[in-house]
Formats: sequence, C-alpha cells, structure tokens
Amino acid sequence: MFAYVVRRVLATIPVMAIVALFVFSLLYIAPGDPAAVIAGDQATPDDVERIRQSLGLDRPYLVRFGSWVWDILRGDLGVSIFTNLPVATMIKQRIEPTLSLMIVTLCLAVSIAVPMGVVAAWKVGTWIDRMVMGFAVLGFSVPVFVVGYLLAYVFALELDWLPVQGYTAFSQGFVPWIENLILPAVALGSVYIALIARITRATMLEVLQQDYIRTARAKGANQVSILFLHALKNAAVPIVTVIGIGIALLIGGAVVTESVFAIPGLGRLTVDAILRRDYPVIQGVVLLFSFVYVLVNLVIDLLYTLFDPRIRY
Amino acid sequence: MKRRHFLAAAATAAMPARAALGQGTSGASRVLKFIPQADPAVLDPIVTTAAATRNHGFAVWDTLYGLNQDYAAEPQMAQSHAIENDGRRVTIRLREGLKFHDGEPVRAADCVASIRRWAARDPMGQVLMARTEEILAPDERSIVFRLQRPFPLLFDALAKVTPPVCFIMPERIAATPPNQPIAEIVGSGPFRFLADEREPGSRVVYERFADYVPRAEGVTTWTAGPKRVHLDRVEWHAMPDAGTAANALIAGEAQWWENPPVERQAALRGNRTVVMEIPDPTGFVGMARFNHLHPPFNSMAIRRALLGAVDQEEFMTAVVGADRSLWREDVGIFGPGTPLANDEGMSVLTGNRDIEKVKREISEAGYGGEKVVLLAATDFPTLSAIANVGANLLRRVGMDVELIADEWATLVRRRANRAPPSEGGWSMFFTFWSGIDTANPGVHQALRGNGERAWFGWPTMPRMEELRSQWFDAPDLGAQQRLARQMQAEALREGPYLPLGQYFQATAYRRGISGLLKGLPLFWNVQKG
Repeated sequence: MFAYVVRRVLATIPVMAIVALFVFSLLYIAPGDPAAVIAGDQATPDDVERIRQSLGLDRPYLVRFGSWVWDILRGDLGVSIFTNLPVATMIKQRIEPTLSLMIVTLCLAVSIAVPMGVVAAWKVGTWIDRMVMGFAVLGFSVPVFVVGYLLAYVFALELDWLPVQGYTAFSQGFVPWIENLILPAVALGSVYIALIARITRATMLEVLQQDYIRTARAKGANQVSILFLHALKNAAVPIVTVIGIGIALLIGGAVVTESVFAIPGLGRLTVDAILRRDYPVIQGVVLLFSFVYVLVNLVIDLLYTLFDPRIRY
Repeated sequence: MKRRHFLAAAATAAMPARAALGQGTSGASRVLKFIPQADPAVLDPIVTTAAATRNHGFAVWDTLYGLNQDYAAEPQMAQSHAIENDGRRVTIRLREGLKFHDGEPVRAADCVASIRRWAARDPMGQVLMARTEEILAPDERSIVFRLQRPFPLLFDALAKVTPPVCFIMPERIAATPPNQPIAEIVGSGPFRFLADEREPGSRVVYERFADYVPRAEGVTTWTAGPKRVHLDRVEWHAMPDAGTAANALIAGEAQWWENPPVERQAALRGNRTVVMEIPDPTGFVGMARFNHLHPPFNSMAIRRALLGAVDQEEFMTAVVGADRSLWREDVGIFGPGTPLANDEGMSVLTGNRDIEKVKREISEAGYGGEKVVLLAATDFPTLSAIANVGANLLRRVGMDVELIADEWATLVRRRANRAPPSEGGWSMFFTFWSGIDTANPGVHQALRGNGERAWFGWPTMPRMEELRSQWFDAPDLGAQQRLARQMQAEALREGPYLPLGQYFQATAYRRGISGLLKGLPLFWNVQKG
C-alpha cells in the first residue's frame, strides 16, 4: 500500500509537467495582450510597447518558458503582471473562500443526495422515486447561475434570511461564515446532488437485487439496517467514484458560483486573470487545480480499500 | 425578528469583537460600501489610463490643482501661484501643513518628482516638458517652472482629470520609472489606502486620513474646492455580475453602485430605497476609429463620405434605448457641454441621412470592394451594440464587412497590429471615451494626427497637429474656442473617426446617502445617514 501511494505521488510529477507545458503553450499562442490592458484605452502604441518590454513579454517563447519552469522548480509561481503580488500570495488570499464553498457543498450534497438515492431505490416506482428523479433531472437541467439568482431573490431579497453576496472568513465566526455560504453551496450543489442521487439510486437498485439482501431480509433484519449497512456499503465504490469525479464539477461550478455571489475565491481569480491575460496567475491556478484533482483521485483510490476489502494495491 | 437579524445578533453575542457583516469593520454607519465599475487591477495611476485606477487615485493622492464645474483649474494643494518674466517663470506655492499618509510633510521636491513621472506618460505633460527648461524646488514649499515660452495651459494640465492625472507622490516613490508600477500606495489625499485589507480583484479599502487638511475656501465641485471627509472608511467591492450588484444595493449590503448597466436601471428606478442620477454631464462619447494605413480607410474621401451615413440616434438607441434623456445625437468632436464644444461643420452629421448618396460617393472615391475588418468587444455590451450597428451601416453602404467579435483583451492586441486587414490587421474598431476625455485637444488622443506615433489608427494630419500646437499657445478661452472650431472643421474634413453620439451613465445609491459630487466617483463631501 505504501509503495503504491509513493508510486502514485511520483506519477503526479510527469502529469504536472505536461499540464505546465500545455498551459504555458496555450497561453503563449492565445490572442490578447496584458500590456495593452494595463496601459488602458487611451495609451498610445508606444506606451503599450514600453510596458510590454518592461514586463518581458517581448522575450522569445523558450526564454520565457525556461524562466517560468526554473522559478517553479524553486517553488516560485511568479508575480502577477497586474497586481505585482506573488501568485502564491494571491492564491493564499483566495483559497479559503473556495475551499469553504467546496467543503460545505460537498457535505451538503452528500448528506442530501445519498439518502435521497437510497430512499428512491427502496421506494422504486412510487411517487417518492419519481419526485427524487424529477429533482435530479431539474438539478441537471437548470444552470447553476439561474439557481443562484432564484435563491438570492427568495432567501436574501424577499425573506431577508441570508446575505445576497460576499464572504466572511471563518476566523470571524461560524455563523457569519456559514450564512454567506448557504446559498452558494445550495446553488453549486444542485447539480452535484442530482448526480450523486441518481448514481446512488441506480447502484442501490442493483445491490438490492442481490442474494445476500434477500438473505438478510429472510433473517428478519430491519429495513434501515438492510439499506444502510448491507446495501449502501456494497454500493459505496461507484458512489465514492462519482463523488470524486464530481470534485472537478465543483471546481468548474465554483467559477460561476463565486461570480454570482461575489465570493472572492479562486474561481473569480481565474476568470479575472483570463480576462486580463494575467499569465502567471492563470498558470499558477491551473497548476493548483490540476494538482488537487490528481490528489483527489488518489484519495478516492485509497478509499476503495475501506469499502471493499477485496481491493488491494 | 427576521431570522437573519437573529443570526447576526447571535454572531455578535458570540464574537463581540466582530463588527459589520462580512468585512470586519467598525462604526458601520460611517462606512460606505461602494461597487466600482471594475476592480482597479493596477493601483499605479501613472502606469495605466484605466478609469477605475484614476478614481482610486483621487481617493489616495491629491493634485496641485483641481478641476471645477466650469472645467477650469483651481488651486488645490497649491496655495497660490505667481507668473513672472512674461509667463516664462511660474512659481507655485504649496499650502501649509500638507502631509503624506506616512507622516512625512509634502515638499516641493516631491511635487517636482511627481510631475516628471506623470509628464513622461501624459500627452499634455509631454508638451509641458518640451517647453520647460527646468523645474526647481528652491525651498520646501515652492515649485518653479522655468519655461522656454509661456504655457498658458500649465494649470489646466496639472488639474486635468483625464488619466493619467498629475497626482503628487513622495519623491522616493515618484522616482520609480513611469512604465514600472509603484510598490507603495502612499499619497496625501483625503483617504489612506489600507494595503493589508486589499484583495486584488475583489476589494479595496480606504480610511479617512486624519491629518488631511482641506482647503479653507472655495466650493466643492469635481476635484476642486475643499475636500471635506464625512466617512471613516470606504470599501470598494468589485462585483463582476450586474445582478449580484443590483441585489446587494437593494438589500443594503452596498450603498453606492457606480455604473448600473441599462438593463438593470428600470428595476432600480422602481425601488424606493434607491436613488438614481446622472453624475457625469459629459457622459460617454462613442467612436468608430478608422485604420488610416490601409484601404479602404486610407482614403480621406471614403472616410468623409461615411460621416454622411452616421445616424447617431441609431447608435445610441442600441446602447441605452429610446429614452432621449439618456443620450444625445448632435455630437461633434469635443465633448458636448464642455467649453470647446461647437457646431462648426456639424451639418455633415446632423443633415439628412442619404445612404444612396453615400454609396455613390464611396464608389466614386475608389472603393474597390476590399474587405473591411471590424473589431468588436463582446465583453462590454455598449461596445458590442455600437459595433453591430456600425457593421450594419457599412453593409448598407455596400461594403464587404467582416465583424470580428472577441474579448477586449484580444481586441487590444489586434488593434496594435499595423499589418493590412488580410494579414491580421484591421480596418475599424469601436470604443467609448468619457466625454471629459474629449473636452480639449490636449487630452483628446483620437484627434492626434502624428502618424506612426498617433493613437491606434495612426492618422497623419499635419494641419491638425499644427492647430493643436497653436491651441497650447492660445492665451485665453476665446482663442482656444476659435481654434477648436477650426479643429472640428479639420476633423470633419479628414475623418480620423466617426462620432457616434453620447450617452449618460446613471449611478445608483441608497436613499440616505448625500453629497455625491458631479463628475467622478469621489468620496469626500459624501455623507451617510
């Protein structure tokens, strides 16, 4: 097991190298000019050119790439073209809101979606099942930003229960922290809940047909223990896989959700950096996201062994 | 009690040190939360000409002269000035007691260094420096300009609000090369920038500068007069999503939204907690800029013919709708309502629109069916709207149009390309300029005719450059206005761009906020509650 983990961690190095090369090259050939954006609309072509030179944007591809890789190897993600701040500092500033949003969404989604899927499978064909599946279709069909606007309108503007936007750091208290996260987490979680609920239902339906479930029923085990101890544990591997894959969904969804709820997280940082062509920030954030995704996959692979002892690495 | 109030009360009880919701502030009644047009990504107002950075600059830095509601310069940091030696020696005396936010006194040497850095980037500053033999700081409070010849616009140049603005910084900071952003945001303006609370892309925070000394006399208009501060703290919260910004304003989570887009304005007007008004009487002026280097717009006859096809009403309606109070259509070369605006040659823009006649004129001028490549920015609805109307107009007059719609960041890259349109260049792009940025030849970049060194489009208009040079020497407003009429006639003859009309951008704020100044989003004079 330990050797497997070490192997997997080492395997992230070439993956990250490919991501780095890909991202850098893509940005190099992408149209756009941060120097012109910095200079502003009224700057003359000469002004823009001087800024481009001072930023080193006129250097050849290989020189820029080599310099960037060398900095990364020394643990330096570079400096933002616009703010002049180290990219690592900017990521550090933004990581808490995004992490908070993802954790709350994950907890909310799993705690709602798994029981929903289990109940739908148990009551298959009934109105409960149809309601759950109807919700799942809705969750998939309605875009996150629409859900976000609706929630903000009802719960923030009309009922005045929760804030419209913004983020409060956890250090300022749990209540304000969670107040700011409820609506974004529900909005972001809607697709995720739908996905997990559907997979849970489908997997549970399959497991509930197995002989050992019939045996448990014959032995007089109660419904709750059949569903949650016998069936759910055996259905866990695909569910955990979907939860893991869904992390990528959350990262993508966070970009939209953070804009709709004005949360100063990594998603907004990424969008702003892309719109302005702040290359070092884009490169740093994409590297971070890639690393997180590789790590999540590793954790999920390791979790398999908990749910299914037959799996060995 | 509503649940949210209960939660807030519970949170306050649990953490007494915590202040206003979400932002860790105290004395919430004197805290103003402002939604700017954009986050000022670059905080150095000399490196960038972005309006958001200029507005941030006015909070942090002060200027030697301010601009009043008549668009004239008035002393601001300056106490007085003396003009000697037939206008070739100008001495500006600083007010007493001026301090930077780091506690250091403002010295004449700081002003000299700041003027030099600003002038390296600013078109008016460049003219000033070309006519200056020397700028001296003979003592702590005197700035002396030794000029080769009189420069009547000296105070206007120092007071101009078109970016870059001549903000006064400490000498050690102003020593930074003008193309390199400054590392410290230290000014002597009415608000102190709180660097440790800055969240790039999201939040800028200022607190009242306790040692700021406003002018004792004068009327507060635009950037002139006493800058009296009634707020303890101003927080800028950038909200890229207009729906979120509208909701935040309605819910009272923000008190002032600089520029609600048109599609949100009707809903805000219908809300009794929100007030809307037009702060900047100079509005925004639309223009379709020609590339003078390549066919077909290297032909003056074609450019001039197209002036006869422009229907400014059509452009402005596409931008802000049918409400005529939000736009005007008789827009020439200088921002309407400003001192140099005039009606010289305007019949070419205001007379009957005859598309068939324009078609004939273009054909006679030698249009040979060349592809016309238009650049349109998709991330600004106003730019996208005028680009689409413009494309339609050119098609109607028989041109072969290719509309390239892209983000602004991509557009600005392409517009710098001087190659022919078929090789990655362009023929025309669309933009809006603040009306104040077209108020006179000193700030109006699109009027420059200095060829390769001119603003994108690179027109060569020697007569225009000559008139501009004369304007800098004009002894009084009357003489300036006479030259402005000639410049407008020349511009409508040469056609450096097509004027597309002017619209007025509303601002929205919570009822209970008062003292907002006309012009720019400035935070002195503003009161809450």
